[in-house]
Parts: sequence; structure tokens; C-alpha cells
Amino acid sequence: MNTKVISKINGPVVIAEGDADFAMHDMVKVGKQKLMGEVIKLDKKSATIQVYEDTSGMKIGEEVYGENEPLSLILGPGIIGNIYDGVQRPLNRIEEVLKTGYIGKGVEVSGIDLEKKWNFIPKVNIGDSIEYGSILGCVQETQAIENRILYPKKLNGKIIFVAEQGEYKVTDTIAKVQMENGKIVEINMYQKWPVRTPRPYKTRLRANIPLLTGQRVIDSLFPIAKGGTATIPGGFGTGKTVTQHQLAKWCDADIIVYIGCGERGNEMTQVLEDFPKLTDPRSGRPLMERTVLIANTSNMPVAAREASIYTGITIAEYYRDMGYNVAIMADSTSRWAEALREISGRLEEMPAEEGFPSYLPSRLSEFYGRAGRVETFNGDIGSVSIIGAVSPQGSDFSEPVTQNTRRFVHVFWGLDRDLAYSRHYPSINWIISYSEYSNELAEWFDENINEDFSNVKNQITKLLNEEDELQKIAKVVGKDVLSDLKKLVLEICKCIRVGFLQQNSFNEIDTSVPLEKQFKMMDLIVFMYNESLELIEKGIPLSEIKKLGFFERYLKLKYEINNKEIQKFDSVKHEFENEFKKLENEYEGHIE
Amino acid sequence: MKIQYLGIENINGPLVFIKTPKEISYDEQVELILQNGERRIGNVIEVDKDIATIEVYEGTNGMNLGGVQTSLKGKPLSIKLSEKMLGRIFDGAGRPIDGLGEIESDVERSINGNAINPVCRSYPKNYIETGISAIDGLMTLIRGQKLPIFSGSGINHNLLTEQIIKQSNISDSDKFAIVFGLMGAEYETADFFKTSFKESGVLSKVVMFQNLSNDPTIERILTPKVALTCAEYLAFDLDMQVLVILTDMTAYAESLREVSTLKGEIPSRKGYPGYLYSDLASIYERAGMIRGKNGSITEIPILTMPNDDISHPIPDLTGYITEGQIVLSRDLSQKGINPPINILDSLSRLMKDGIGEGYTRKDHAKIADQIFSSYSKVQDVRALSKVLGESDLSETDKRYIKFGNEFEEKFINQGTDERRNINQTLDLALDLLKILPEEEMDKL
Repeated sequence: MNTKVISKINGPVVIAEGDADFAMHDMVKVGKQKLMGEVIKLDKKSATIQVYEDTSGMKIGEEVYGENEPLSLILGPGIIGNIYDGVQRPLNRIEEVLKTGYIGKGVEVSGIDLEKKWNFIPKVNIGDSIEYGSILGCVQETQAIENRILYPKKLNGKIIFVAEQGEYKVTDTIAKVQMENGKIVEINMYQKWPVRTPRPYKTRLRANIPLLTGQRVIDSLFPIAKGGTATIPGGFGTGKTVTQHQLAKWCDADIIVYIGCGERGNEMTQVLEDFPKLTDPRSGRPLMERTVLIANTSNMPVAAREASIYTGITIAEYYRDMGYNVAIMADSTSRWAEALREISGRLEEMPAEEGFPSYLPSRLSEFYGRAGRVETFNGDIGSVSIIGAVSPQGSDFSEPVTQNTRRFVHVFWGLDRDLAYSRHYPSINWIISYSEYSNELAEWFDENINEDFSNVKNQITKLLNEEDELQKIAKVVGKDVLSDLKKLVLEICKCIRVGFLQQNSFNEIDTSVPLEKQFKMMDLIVFMYNESLELIEKGIPLSEIKKLGFFERYLKLKYEINNKEIQKFDSVKHEFENEFKKLENEYEGHIE
Repeated sequence: MKIQYLGIENINGPLVFIKTPKEISYDEQVELILQNGERRIGNVIEVDKDIATIEVYEGTNGMNLGGVQTSLKGKPLSIKLSEKMLGRIFDGAGRPIDGLGEIESDVERSINGNAINPVCRSYPKNYIETGISAIDGLMTLIRGQKLPIFSGSGINHNLLTEQIIKQSNISDSDKFAIVFGLMGAEYETADFFKTSFKESGVLSKVVMFQNLSNDPTIERILTPKVALTCAEYLAFDLDMQVLVILTDMTAYAESLREVSTLKGEIPSRKGYPGYLYSDLASIYERAGMIRGKNGSITEIPILTMPNDDISHPIPDLTGYITEGQIVLSRDLSQKGINPPINILDSLSRLMKDGIGEGYTRKDHAKIADQIFSSYSKVQDVRALSKVLGESDLSETDKRYIKFGNEFEEKFINQGTDERRNINQTLDLALDLLKILPEEEMDKL
């Protein structure tokens, strides 16, 4: 037997000695309770193991059994709709096994149901040549998602048997393949994949299609591409989790992997209660049918927290390889970094910044590096987009996790406590946020939404920046001393902030807004600004323009105009135009 | 069968090192018997082949290397649980100190508890009316929520806590209990609450675990765990609505730091151990409700922010775990506003699903949003008026100043015996908002 003997126990870190030959990152079963663990350090005699479960009650001298394989996931139909712990154990199976509302130890449950039968539809014929990633057949995993069974072997081969359409368990053989080297392999519907190894793809593609989220400040001002990376840093109470939930609900990915990493238990419960009730606007099916949840709440074992984000990304890559657009929400990567720190501390490693291990940046870059839009081996195009929340210590964006994350992601949605205080949600600060995809995506927006899109958007950004400067001045001298031209900028920007950037996630119409409507809304503001500017330049006071009541009216438009009646914006614009004209004429008449 | 080992290798502060006995297991309870017969409890916090490290909760005063016997209990730290604990007073480690004898029961549980499986939780939605306007209106407390109070030294948070306990409608039913954990509390604090419970006649519903400031500091590490184990039993075995008050979490975290430093662990921020977040989470996350059970645990931990600094690791990490926070402000306290709640810093995350039609009132969310939005504007205007002088402000801004002052005096400020129901609270808010010009109402 491949065993070692425990010689030291310190929280989740256990050291075992003996002759057995463990490999780095191998899975092990630790002690009498057979707790799951992973080898994280090796020297001649001893192996250091991080244990994914609570080590209470463990004794020196108990055995550690090597499993001879790295921490791996079981990938096959039946993943979608599940809620897993950090190492792919379905939490509701744990409940069934333990029969209590609490999480116990040493529970062995499979990541997917091995008994359930699926209706397999073959897509190859006997004699077909296949290579890695070829589609052998498919099963309808949920109403919304078709699971494509891919050939998992590196060697090319020929089909010598394929199962007929019918009901099969994932463990049943659905095809036999004679490989190049003459060996025959039986293929079933699942495969194992080590979580720390990225799944391969054929080529990496440019990220030039936006991942639409229905959130105005994101889509219009700071868009993320399909296959892109973004981070949402924000102190507590700034709305990170609400923003992540909104993205998980409304973004136009095919599959969502939501990783609750070291966060609150009730938040996961909320997702579990909400998602089955909400429908995906595109497929018309419950959102849960495209969602996988991974929950390691803050009181669950810390080592499994470290593993949870790898579990999440491996599942995402599995569906990417079938040609799906997958989006990962990781809430929060800071808790993951803290798990690294905690384990590193127990290993007595030399700390770098603020006690975090020196390999924090490289781990972060490895994680975000697994995002991307790719061509898969069977010629499909799939993508993995990563949106990671960061919970900066003391709300200070200069702390190591925020700073290092910033280096590896392309979109930065900085949450602002002052905005959250004044109930401006989403509280994404438009001055500090940025998207490096803006230029790349501008072409797409101009082609697909409106040729004026980038133009209008740039004007909005310019106005907001100008307002920021003016507000600083107004804080010192008061608004009243500003000229009408400057005051107009403040008035218009109030419209932008309250009428456009603020979005009410509880309002049925406003919770998610199509891009066409977003454009019309921006277009109308810019129109109001330009018209008013012209009037002011002709000598008409701002107070007269304000009397038209357009600025207040604009604030309500987002609720009044349904997402399906976007053409109404044109009539509003027309009406405004006439009124502006009238005012101008009146005034000119007055002067004469 | 109890095996005892004689002698210890080394003593360092509250830590005792013994030669590793064969049977010892990690996280096991041990009893140390001193030469004079005194018994102290400890816990195994690290073992290797040669040495086992034991944390002694009553300190190591008077221990010598040769004469101490170590007895292994073969189980993690546990307490006996029974309904009879109601009305009783225990020390910080769960032993009775009111002279009424031991708790006899067949139920004995590990104080570490287990994490609630997220799929078994039920999402808290029932609001608790505390009768305090600032809380009910703006940071509604929900049954099963963990909502801490962030205070500062010298700010009287005990009055607020007392008012919450006295007025909460959670206490209407018979199946109601308060579990009170005092960590490093002053004698006066303990006495204040005891008197208050006696006066309001709820003493028989209270289980009190007290570790006073002159009790052993390391014992404090056990207090919240013992208190919550008791609360879990009352809530999920006996179907009670349990309110857990823990004060002061800062003292708890400091004890944790003390032990961590002595163990030679690598510190992270301000010397606190790297696992402070996980450790606090293991306390706070025990609040909640479980599907299929009638009971609930609502947790109100109280902590004093060192130097009023909300970004200090203790309030900072707490805020990331708990479902909101009630922040008290020294400014308001000095202005004589009671309870001195700084509404802008405060938040209840569960509020959004527990208010509105069917829970409180249809317009509740809008009113609350408008108040937050307008009151945050008040802060800007106040800053401006400091520069310009109040007389130079615009008409609108002047009305903001007026609104700010009246809001603090009439809405936040409230007598300690004054109970406002939710309708009174919301109507009051609407009245106050009338001070402002109508076009400023962008949320209503």
C-alpha cells in the first residue's frame, strides 16, 4: 500500500513521513477519517499535505493513503444546476448522506450522478477518423444546454463502435476507438481532469465581441469582451456581491460558473432561491439551467477555498471546449488569496507583502491567464470570461491583492463607498474605472448598434470628467459662482448619473437593459446638452431651459419606456427638439 | 478510562508543551491537574512526533514543570446542553458560576460546531421590529441575520443594545431566548445588563456566559463558541428564536492575537494572525436559519473600533463577513443624539428582501433610499458651509442643512423608552423629507 504516517498536525496542514512515493499535488486520504488532502510540498522523507476538511481528532501515527493522481474533477453531463463545495462534492448529496443541515467530514460523493441515464445521440459513424476534441455525440444536459461528448485522448484514431441513440449512464461505453498505436479504447461520457492543469485549445482568438450584461455603466462605458478578464474591487457594503449577482443573472454567456469563495452562506442561499425562479431572457428557461455554483462559505475549510477557484475554472473550460461562452464570477478572490496566506503561514514560509506569500502574483496571473476566447479542437469557438471580485483590506485599493489583480486583468470596475452611501447603484466609479477593451470593441458597437455609438459614448465620458473637475471647484466656492455653461455641465451630468448610470436592480424594466436602449438614452442626453449649449450661447439663461422640465423628465424615462418600445425615445427626442425651438423663438422675439 | 501523564516540558504564557502521548489527537480537550488539585482545561492546538502544544484557557499561573498531570478527554472541547441553562450564569468556558449546580444532560456537543451546509439554509426574510427608527427604517434587522454594532470606546452602545433587547418583537413569543456572551467586559457592563434583564423580567430567558476583564484572557477565545453552541441547541433542537449578543469582539480578537504571537505565527495586519478572517467567520456564520426548523439565531456582535478606525482589521474583516453593520458615531454622541447611529456607514444587507409590501410597507425601500441619498448630500453641503459660511449658501442648500439637523434630532434621536412602530417611523421620515424642495426627491 502506498502509505505514509502522520508526524505533525497543525490545523489544515499535516506532515506525513514514510517511504511511500507521493508526487507533488497528488490527492491523498488522510487518517482514519479518510479526509481529502493534497500534497503541497515534498522532501526526501516527508510530505506536507493540505487537508480539505477539519482535522480535529486526528492522531500522530495515523496513515495517509496516496491516490496516485492529482486533484481532479469528474467532467460529464450532470454538472449544470449543481451546487458544489470547493472540491466538487455536490452539497445536496452531502445533505442526503449526512441527513443533517451541517457539513460533516470524510463524505465521499461523486461530482456527477453516475446512475442517472441520459439520452445519447451519436454524431459519428463507424470508420470515422477522429482526433482530440472531436464530437462523438451529445446529450441534452438541461433544456438550455446540450452537452457534447468530446474524444478525450491525445492520439488520433478510428471509430470501431458507436452506441445507438438511447438511454445510457455516464459510465456506459458509448464508443470504441482504435488509436494510431493500434490500441483500442472504450470511451464513456465522462472524463477526469486535474484542476491545476489548463485544458488545451487550438488557437487563441482576439477578444473583440462584448460580453453584454444589460448593465449600462458596464456595457456602454466600461465593456468587457467575451473571453476577457475584469475585476470588481470594493470595500464591504459597496455592492460587490449585488453587482456579481446582476452579472450572473443578465450577462449573455451560455453558461455561468459562480464561485462563492469564502463569502456568506446566506448569499449562496439567496442565489439558490432566486435563480430557479428567474428566467434567462434568451432561452426562456430558468437561470439555474445554465448555472453551476461552487460554494465554500467563509466558515468552511480553508484549504478547499484555495481549490475552489480551480474547480470553477476547470468546469468553465470543459464547457468552453464544447463551443460555449462561459462566464466565471469569483466572489471573492481576496478570500482565496487569504487562504493562500493562511496555508503559507502554517508552512512557515517567508512572507512577502502584508504576510501574503511571494507567489501570490504568479498564482493570480495563472488564474486570469486561463480566460480567453479560443478556437477549440473541433473548430468551434468558445470563451471563458473571468470576473473576479476583490475585497480590499480596509477598502484600500493599494493593498497587494487589488494591486496584483490589476496587473493581470483588462477591465477595472472600481466600486466607490461614497456612491454606495448615496444609494447610487451600481456604485462603479466612472473616474477610476477603465476598460482596455474599449478600442477593440468600439468597432463592434458601431457596426452592430449604431454608427454613432463610440462618438456618443466619448462625449458622455468627456462630460463626466469635466463634471468631476467642476465638482471639485464647486466644493470650495459653491455652485452659484459658476457660469451657465459650467452649470449646464453639472445639470447634464446629474442626468447622466441619476438617469443613466444609476440602475435599479429591483425594477423589472431597469434591472437589465438592451444595448439599443442604452444607446438611445445616451444619445438623448448628448442631444439635450448640445441643444441647451446652443441656447445658452445665444444668451438664453439656464434657468429658462430648466423650466422646460426636461432634466427631471429624463430621470424617469428609464422606467417609463419599456425595453421593447425603444422607438418611443425618438418621439421624446422630437418633442424636446420642438420645445427647445419654441423657447429659442420666444426668446428671439423677446429680444426684438 | 482516563490516562494521565505527569510532567510538562515547557511553559510559555498560556501555552504548555508536553511530550506527545500516543493517544493524543489534534484539537482534543485536556485537563491539567495542578499539584494543589486545581483543574484547568486546555486544548491541543498542535502535535508532532515529540511535542504536543496545549493552550490553557485559565492561564498557566502556579504551574510547575514536574507536578502537573495531563489527562486526555478523548473528545474536542464540549459542553452539556439543556433547556435548564435558561436563566443561568456561566463563566467564559461554560461552567456555572451562579452556585446553582452543574447542568446535567445527555446532550453534549463540541463547541466548534459544524458549518451549516449552504443548501440547507433558509434565506432570512422576517423582519424584527426593534421600535428604533434608525434601525427599522434604514437598516432593518432580519430574523436570522448577523448584524454587528461598531462602536468606539466611550460611546454608550450598551443603551442601544438594551433597547433592542427590550423592544424587539422577537421577544413576543414564548419560544424566545437571549444568549449573552461577555468577553473581557467590565464588571459594570455585566451588572448593567443583569439589572436590565431583571427589571424587564426576561432574566429567566437569558443564558449568560461571562468572561470579565479580570478573568483569564485566553478563556475569552472559548466564550463566543460556547455561547453559540448553546444558541444552536436552543434554536435548532428546541425551536426557539434566539438572539445572541457578543460583546466585545475586539477583546476576543486581541486574545487570539496574544496566543498567535506566543505560538510564533507569522502575523498579517497589525499583528493579527492570518486566519483572523476564517476564525471570525466561524463565529459569525453560525447565525441563520435552517430549512425545516422553526428556530433561528440572530447575532448582534458588538465591537469597539480601536481609535474609531473602521478600516482596522477587526471591524474591517467583520464587515466582510456579517450581513451589514450598525456604526455608532462619536460626533452624534457628542451632539447628544441617542442612539448615535451613523446611518451612512450603516447597512443591513438582508433588508432588501425583508421590507416592502407584505413585510413592512410598500414605500419603505423608496423612503429609505431617499433618506440615504439626501442625508449624504447634507454632508457635502455641511462641508461647503464650513468654507462659505451658512449665510452664503443657496436656498436649496440651506434647506439641506435644516433637513440634516432636524433629521438627526427627530428621527435618529429617540428616547431609550420610546418605541416607534414601523408606520410611525416611515411617516416621520416622509414628514422630514418635506423640508427639501420637491425636485430634489429623485428616489421617491
